[in-house]
Amino acid sequence: MKCKRCGEPAVINMRQHKLGLCGDHFTEWLISYTERAIEKYSMFERGDRLLLAVSGGKDSLALWDILLRLGYDVEALYIDLGIGDEQYSEQSKAKVERFAAGKEGAAYSVVNVKGTYGKSVLELAQEKRGRKVCSLCGLVKRHIMNRTAYEGGFTAVATGHNLDDEAAVLFQNALRWQTGYLARQAPVLPSTHPHLARKVKPFFRLYERETAAYAVVRGIDYIYDECPHSVGATTIFYKELLNQLEERSRGAKQQFYLSFLQARDKHGLFQQELAQLELGECEKCGQPTTAPTLCAFCRLWEVE
Amino acid sequence: MKLVYREREWELRGGLTARAAIKKIGLDPEAVLVVRNGQLVTDDTLLHEEDEVKLIAVISGGVGGGGHSQGRLEP
Ligand code: SF4
Ligand SMILES: [Zn+2]
Ligand SMILES: [Zn+2]
Repeated sequence: MKCKRCGEPAVINMRQHKLGLCGDHFTEWLISYTERAIEKYSMFERGDRLLLAVSGGKDSLALWDILLRLGYDVEALYIDLGIGDEQYSEQSKAKVERFAAGKEGAAYSVVNVKGTYGKSVLELAQEKRGRKVCSLCGLVKRHIMNRTAYEGGFTAVATGHNLDDEAAVLFQNALRWQTGYLARQAPVLPSTHPHLARKVKPFFRLYERETAAYAVVRGIDYIYDECPHSVGATTIFYKELLNQLEERSRGAKQQFYLSFLQARDKHGLFQQELAQLELGECEKCGQPTTAPTLCAFCRLWEVE
Repeated sequence: MKLVYREREWELRGGLTARAAIKKIGLDPEAVLVVRNGQLVTDDTLLHEEDEVKLIAVISGGVGGGGHSQGRLEP
């Protein structure tokens, strides 16, 4: 297959766009596609301070690379969770360090969960039997991201979620018709409370294979091995299912997710779910919560 | 030709497309990228006997989803 722009051998065939491109034209295309998403969905503007959550994986490092190339004012945050015998965290942190060392203007900070709160996510999970590591991990990450954004005066928190991530979550939520979640799953989550940062996902229209291809073409050294806790995770299973669907019917994933956004945002699907639940403030950390006293994160650290 | 995916290795005869090779070893073409002799290529590429091919898995993720709230109301 040849590049549609220059006729050189293509490195990727994006069948849902009927577009095959060579390395140079693919990077150029992906950067501008990302920039258009940022602008079209009013995610943030030049001059806004942006906090980017990085994991050492392909998506977050690719997004970091692109935001820097586009000249946005971005600072990365690596959360050292202490998972997978803590080795996985070490290795993924090394990827972040390495990326930053080779890149001008790549500033980042690290929050070490154990150092800050006394226990790693793994230790927390061992203590709270019956709670899945991933759900604890997600809760801890979201809290720290929001706190860092709020304390540092950032306009928004960006993450590297791609269309496959979003479609898998949509599938999961739709299987159980979790209408409250469906009403709020979005590429931009506005701040609905003074202590709640806006959240944005500039890669939400890109397939996972495209963000991976970008990392490969740009020579970004990312953590290739999966987090050990993701083995057998249902989201991965859903992604595989959706890929089978895509294999049969080109553009199915894109259609599933983007037409959902359209049905909801243009035609009011699930709108009634948005009837406001009041957000109060956690007595301990001040972060927004629907709970009466302590937020879910602070409750984690209470001795039982 | 030598085909590598994660820690596994296959020896296949040349003369088939990358797509056919991927299917032959039971993987989904949508879920991998093909690197032939160090170069990323599309899956219609014809593989030769002397090629070294590496397949890169593209799927990642756990339910914590990198920490996005995915519809929850709190952070
Ligand atoms: S797979 Fe689970 S434990 Fe691992 S990083 Fe993702 S959410 Fe956290
Ligand atoms: Zn080209
Ligand atoms: Zn709290």
